[in-house]
Amino acid sequence: MSFNYLSTIIFLPVAGAILIAFIPGLSDRVIKRIAAIFTLIPLGLALFLFCNFDSSLGAGIIQFEEKLLWIPAINAYYHLGVDGLSLPLIVLTAFLGFMVVLISWKINLRVREYFAWLLLLETSILGVFCSLDLLLFFIFWEIEVIPMYFLISIWGTGRKEYSAIKYVIYTLFGSAMMLAGIISLYFTTGSLSMVEIAQTGIASFTAVIPVVAIFFLLLIGFAVKLPVVPLHTWLPDAHTDAPTAGSVMLAGALIKMGGYGMIRICVSIFPETAKAYAPILLTLAVISVLYGAALTLRQTDLKRLIAYSSVSHMGFVLLGVFALGQVSLTGAALQMVSHGVITGLLFAMAGLVIHNVEERDLKKLGGLARQMPVIAIVFSIAGLGALGLPTTSGFAAEFLVFVGSFSSTVVSGIQVYTILAVLGVVLAAGYILWMLQRTFYGPVLEQYNGVKDANTMEKVYMFAFVALIMLIGIYPAILTDIIKLGISPIVGLLGG
Amino acid sequence: MNLELFIPELSLLACAIAVILLDLFIQRKGLLAVVGIAGLVVSAGFTLAMWGGSSQAIFNNMLAVDNFALFFKLLFLGIAALVILASVDYVSKFTRFQGEYYALVLLAALGMMLMAATAELISIYIALELTSISLYVLVGFLKDQKSSEASLKYLLLGAIASAVLLYGMALVFGFTGKTQLGEIAQVIQAMSLSGILSSPGLILGIVLLIAGFGFKIAAVPFQMWVPDVYEGAPTPITAYLSVASKAAGFAIILRVFYSAFGLPQWLSLDWGLIFAVLAVIGMTLGNIAALPQTNIKRMLGYSSIAQAGYLMVGLAAMGASPATDALGRSTILFFLAGYAFANLGAFIAIIAISNKVNSDIINDYSGMGKRAPLLALALTLCLISLIGMPPAAGFMAKFYIFSGAVQHGLLWLVVIAVINSVISAYYYLRVVKVMWLGEPASEEKVLSSGALRIALSISCLGVLLLGVIPGFVMKLAELAAKMFKF
Repeated sequence: MSFNYLSTIIFLPVAGAILIAFIPGLSDRVIKRIAAIFTLIPLGLALFLFCNFDSSLGAGIIQFEEKLLWIPAINAYYHLGVDGLSLPLIVLTAFLGFMVVLISWKINLRVREYFAWLLLLETSILGVFCSLDLLLFFIFWEIEVIPMYFLISIWGTGRKEYSAIKYVIYTLFGSAMMLAGIISLYFTTGSLSMVEIAQTGIASFTAVIPVVAIFFLLLIGFAVKLPVVPLHTWLPDAHTDAPTAGSVMLAGALIKMGGYGMIRICVSIFPETAKAYAPILLTLAVISVLYGAALTLRQTDLKRLIAYSSVSHMGFVLLGVFALGQVSLTGAALQMVSHGVITGLLFAMAGLVIHNVEERDLKKLGGLARQMPVIAIVFSIAGLGALGLPTTSGFAAEFLVFVGSFSSTVVSGIQVYTILAVLGVVLAAGYILWMLQRTFYGPVLEQYNGVKDANTMEKVYMFAFVALIMLIGIYPAILTDIIKLGISPIVGLLGG
Repeated sequence: MNLELFIPELSLLACAIAVILLDLFIQRKGLLAVVGIAGLVVSAGFTLAMWGGSSQAIFNNMLAVDNFALFFKLLFLGIAALVILASVDYVSKFTRFQGEYYALVLLAALGMMLMAATAELISIYIALELTSISLYVLVGFLKDQKSSEASLKYLLLGAIASAVLLYGMALVFGFTGKTQLGEIAQVIQAMSLSGILSSPGLILGIVLLIAGFGFKIAAVPFQMWVPDVYEGAPTPITAYLSVASKAAGFAIILRVFYSAFGLPQWLSLDWGLIFAVLAVIGMTLGNIAALPQTNIKRMLGYSSIAQAGYLMVGLAAMGASPATDALGRSTILFFLAGYAFANLGAFIAIIAISNKVNSDIINDYSGMGKRAPLLALALTLCLISLIGMPPAAGFMAKFYIFSGAVQHGLLWLVVIAVINSVISAYYYLRVVKVMWLGEPASEEKVLSSGALRIALSISCLGVLLLGVIPGFVMKLAELAAKMFKF
């Protein structure tokens, strides 16, 4: 490979951030344009990779690989590459990265810093999905904390400083555990390469500490991020108080790092342990789905409601992952992409409503469909996606998760977990429809007569989101065919 | 007599004397700083020229000239140069004694270079005192109430620590009959197990040595002096204390415990365990005590106690590993280098900011992100490094030192250490928060002088380089850790 596509994709946003931060005297308009350009090119390149990903090479092949010896003393490589699992997530992140720049077009507070942090955030998430070296993976994983901290605490709303520091402490706690896990894994295997360790199999090494302990140290890091009940309490605060773009990035791309890590590291490297402890994690998944949904039902804050719905929807991901079947894992990966797009759109729309109406309490909203028809329609489409209506990506993904989990042969008693989790969809219908009804339908309220509907730029990004939701919903094979290539070697390790 | 191996020290001594003499004739005292830095660079050049050669000893095996000593000498020279750069503005406010200030900084550096090289108990003591006495004076240089109190406190507690150390040395000498580390090691290895166990005085001597050195590195429970001294001392000297003096303490601990008490294995396991316990107490106490601090120098004082705790994780790993395994030692060297850049950077930024706002209270840093964006950015980077987050040096340092510990079965210690890092994030980020989120007290920009900017740029560059491409320095640390003359 002559051209380093992945490095370019990862580091273009941060190059943009450096330009924005250090060139003096840029006007706000120029800064926004720079940000747009430095996120649009990675999106273009990511789509280019998506189109040029060679499915004929077969499953489990790492493509667009870059490998450089980085720290000889600990055998660490600068090792990037994509397979079927990570590629869709990279496209998703690049897509959201560009979208949030458009979503942030109205920002006028400390514009320079804002876009610098936003771009750095994108680099860090892209890096996580591209890294094949554990140390590199961890570094990108950690870099994300600081931009997110600033985005929430400066441009957020409500109890923003509390939410920001809570987010940091939770994340650092999780990654501290993960670091201990990575180090133990390194000394067990003598390697930091995810691919190598997964291929050799952890069983062939004598572990410095029990393998189960390493598994759970790593899992805690991912579980905080996903999040899994009872480690979820940072999420509603952070999502609610973050600025719109921050919420979109958080819900859309950031928490997917947790699910990705579980599949890529926990399941691939520790197939036996994952099998043995699947019942515990499936129980947590069901609790996340139902408890998350129950909490969602009683929210009255527009953004907080969407935030809690993420807890429930990420429960489906956990279910799909630890059902450990080919179809269920594929479904989990698809659910991550689909949830990224749908919830990204939900947060973008909620942000628009809150920005235009200046009211976020569902009890005081109502009848907005008359005043802001475009936003109402798009919000409804996103909502229907979230409750899993056919022809939206939400349906395709959740359907795959449930069918895959139900039919999985790896874990016994999986059917019970699946049936319980399906109830989450019913609850989702409840809270989503209730939210839409409270916001947009019902009697028209006088005081909102003057509110604006979406402007042209907003319509552009809405269209992009909706098109993507529909595309995946109608033709999910465009993603599943590629995801399968990444999943099947993992399933092979599971022997199921 | 191989006097040519002693040239780095001699040239530095000559430079210190030159600074004192020039002070008599020169009106522009800024030149003294230039002379001082020139002396440090020359000395560093001589030191660098010896790197990689075979290990040698001079003065009847009193001083070792090995890669280990050279690594530390370079570190001390670099730190001293940055401290002098950071002092130029600060010192220009003094009406008298500017020459003495620079000369004492140089003499302290000389003492530390000797500390890194000595391999004999009495010369260890002398090197330690040379460093300490210079630092006692420097701490009291402001001559206001806080500074004098700090100096007196440092002097009194330091004297007690020296006495304890001397007593420990006397006991070790009494039971082995030797003062040279290599010879002590031979005697101890020749003793039978019951022989060592039946001489509790020797064990007591080792424990007293730990206590005496523990004072230098601010290990709990010998940390009482740290917050007061850090707060009262001139800020560049606080930086000097927190970085160089600590590194020198670790250099000497590494040499004494590796060379003299590294074998038999059960003995090293024992002192390894002592360091593990001290590490846990140090990290936890330092971090928790740092949480409520409102003065940034005090806060960094407690933070340096916690950092000493992380470093002792490395000492514990060294105790737990066989003597042939250099990993435990090299991680400490790398950590010290990363810590030096980050902590110096933080203090230099503090000097630059407090030049303007005349306060060390964290809340007075409010809105620094607007008043001095680059300074605030640099301080943020250094604090992130102290938390141990990528892409800064602190992360690589922690990763490296913890991996050494895990390899030798100290996962429990590493888990405590990483949880401590999370606690520490809270107080470091509070400073970041105040700088970027707070409202500026005035619109006036905070400008900094050229010397401070150079020093800060070097520190930040170091932090980033060690964080992103650490391979080179790790290699150096590894080479240094392998090359012990004694």
